[in-house]
Amino acid sequence: MKNRVIVVGGGGAGLVAALKAHESGAEVVVITKEYPTRSQTCMAQGGINAALSNVDEDSVELHVENTLKSAHGLANEDAVKFLCQSAPEAVLWLDSIGVPFSRTKENKIAQRKLGGTSASRACYAQDYTGLKILHTLYDRCLAENIEILNERYLLEFIICSDKKRPYVSGVSILNKRSGEVEIYEAQSVIVATGGYSRVFHKHSTNSVASSGDGIAAAVRAGARASDMEFIQFHPTALKNSSILISESARGAGGYLINSKGERFTNELAPRDEVARAINDEIEKGENVFLDIRHLGAEFIENELPQEAKLAKLYENIDPVHELIPIKPSAHYTMGGIEVDENSSTCIDGLFAVGECANHRVHGANRLGGNSLLELVVFGNLAGESAAKYAMSFDKTTEICEHKNIFQEQIAEIKRYTNEINFYEKQRDLGELFYRHVGIKREKKSLESVLCKVREMKASLPKMGVGDKTKEYNTNLIEFLEFKNMLEISELILISAISRDESRGAHFRVDAPETDKKFEAHTIIDSEGVLSYEN
Amino acid sequence: MKINIKRESIVEYDIDESSTTLLELLNKIKTELEPSLSYSSGCRSSVCGSCAVRVNGREVLACSYHAKDGDLIEPLKNSEVIRDLVVNMDKAYGFNTKAKAWQSSITQNMLLSHEDEKRNELQSDCILCGSCYSACPVYAVNGEFLGPFSLTRVWRYVSDKRELNSKEKIDVIQTNGVWDCTLCNECTLVCPQDISSKADIEKLRAKSSMFGYMDPSFANFGGGLSF
Repeated sequence: MKNRVIVVGGGGAGLVAALKAHESGAEVVVITKEYPTRSQTCMAQGGINAALSNVDEDSVELHVENTLKSAHGLANEDAVKFLCQSAPEAVLWLDSIGVPFSRTKENKIAQRKLGGTSASRACYAQDYTGLKILHTLYDRCLAENIEILNERYLLEFIICSDKKRPYVSGVSILNKRSGEVEIYEAQSVIVATGGYSRVFHKHSTNSVASSGDGIAAAVRAGARASDMEFIQFHPTALKNSSILISESARGAGGYLINSKGERFTNELAPRDEVARAINDEIEKGENVFLDIRHLGAEFIENELPQEAKLAKLYENIDPVHELIPIKPSAHYTMGGIEVDENSSTCIDGLFAVGECANHRVHGANRLGGNSLLELVVFGNLAGESAAKYAMSFDKTTEICEHKNIFQEQIAEIKRYTNEINFYEKQRDLGELFYRHVGIKREKKSLESVLCKVREMKASLPKMGVGDKTKEYNTNLIEFLEFKNMLEISELILISAISRDESRGAHFRVDAPETDKKFEAHTIIDSEGVLSYEN
Repeated sequence: MKINIKRESIVEYDIDESSTTLLELLNKIKTELEPSLSYSSGCRSSVCGSCAVRVNGREVLACSYHAKDGDLIEPLKNSEVIRDLVVNMDKAYGFNTKAKAWQSSITQNMLLSHEDEKRNELQSDCILCGSCYSACPVYAVNGEFLGPFSLTRVWRYVSDKRELNSKEKIDVIQTNGVWDCTLCNECTLVCPQDISSKADIEKLRAKSSMFGYMDPSFANFGGGLSF
């Protein structure tokens, strides 16, 4: 057991990393809080970018250019070049393991155009690109006999230190089913736990599991986070549920209108612009709607069946005859655990990949179609780096005594008084974030939200859980997620307060211009100490 | 609205809500009334397969079902109930391994047509929600039956041109596999993705015959030579 790699998280990034680490000779264990196929990756619809020129003329250079433009000066050009150059190979690899991509008449992988791109670059599998990639990766892991441990919730990364240099030696996990704390020893650990959009609670398009657990735990362990203030909003989510209505509805000719029935923006402008325009209307007291009635019943039935179904289900309206109430919602978090060109954090043996990591390729605004790409390209890199590190590991690990500490922490939480219902606070946090830390921000209100977040953190002992059961206590898991989200919230707020400018997804009403001196990555640690680096 | 949830016993909850999805109702109960209520959820939009339960005996995704007054909510059948509405999917998912539901080798540079894509487009929509295992009467009496979603998954790979060893795929599904299904079609009726495992099993049977396999019950019946 001297070459064990543990991957925490069973989404696309985690599974690619697991496959690569396994191929590189490591003993791999994937640990996930759900089951791999339930991960956020399954919700990606649009596609995965690669300059294949299967539909129209494209090039790696153009892909690089579009990605950098979208990043608003905050991406690392070398990392972006690596991402885009590796893209064709990444897609061909997915094809070789059986991903059922849509095809063109010329028997090639089909590609379509997404916002902000100069060519049809996104390879897709109908509207289920993420689902089909994730499931195929999962099947591949089964074929390779990679061990997968389901329903185990990450508590902490266990860190040792050698001549003051920290290194990872394992993870502590709460087994959801048994309620027991489990300690897993490993030479390398890959964090692949996804993003933190659920800080916005019901104002997010994401799965309820996107609570930033891995980022919070990594920062607690001494890793650094970066660019946490950059959060992408999708312009059209359903008003009550934040369920995503895909861009294809506007692409097909849908209008955005306000309560007076007036159009107020170019529906096909970039995401951040459309989101801000919608937000302006909402602030004026208007309701905003997506209007696809003029497209006709037949067209809607054939081309937008998913949208029609979701509108009926969640808003009780028939989009053939009625307006669809919408609002922008938190969709993707650009920030994450700071990693180097080998996907390594500043803690030896601790790697990060996927939405939880920041490989500095998305900058201030992610380009559509680059997130699925990132998880394959950097998943490979992280898997290889982690295996290499694990196999050359020559230190000792002492982890057994940790079990009692973590068990005591859980017991302590169960003793919290539960005078305050944390679910209410979680809702409050989401409302505060949506109103003040969302599409438009302003220093004073950011500071006031930070105060409130710190108050919530301080009153955690008055919250806690009503359910004291050991087995399958989702009340406890959700409380631990909430605790992580509060820590993440603090990092977002400190970063957003410090950045006195507007750039990409970070728009400050009190500093609406982009300022050259902020053309640097925000780096933050567990103490909330912030610096800018390039 | 009143709904009944099968926990250790059946518990009635009275919620001030008239029209909502079952999942939103469960969320409301958990966060406002009863924090110990256990169920699974994820994407809220029918692609993650977490929230399958039974309503009045019928498998549905809680996120895509509109709750009605008097509904009885129960966990899926034929899997171990961990707590309340949560079942352990490890065994059912394990059949994907037993059935070797994957492409047997890495296949590079294979050109696939639009028609090839359509051959397993529907089967690859599967979200592994487990509704089909809950509804399957064969699985209910034979815990070793490979079951609907894993056989659909085998068909997905067998029907793909990139699978270069379909004989090996077919070999694996002869015992407790394609011939054990009664073609009752229950799996089809409950699938939220409109997949018909029954139809896929029929296709796998046809493929099995091409490799010289036949229905074992039929073979026994007519197997006069063995006397």
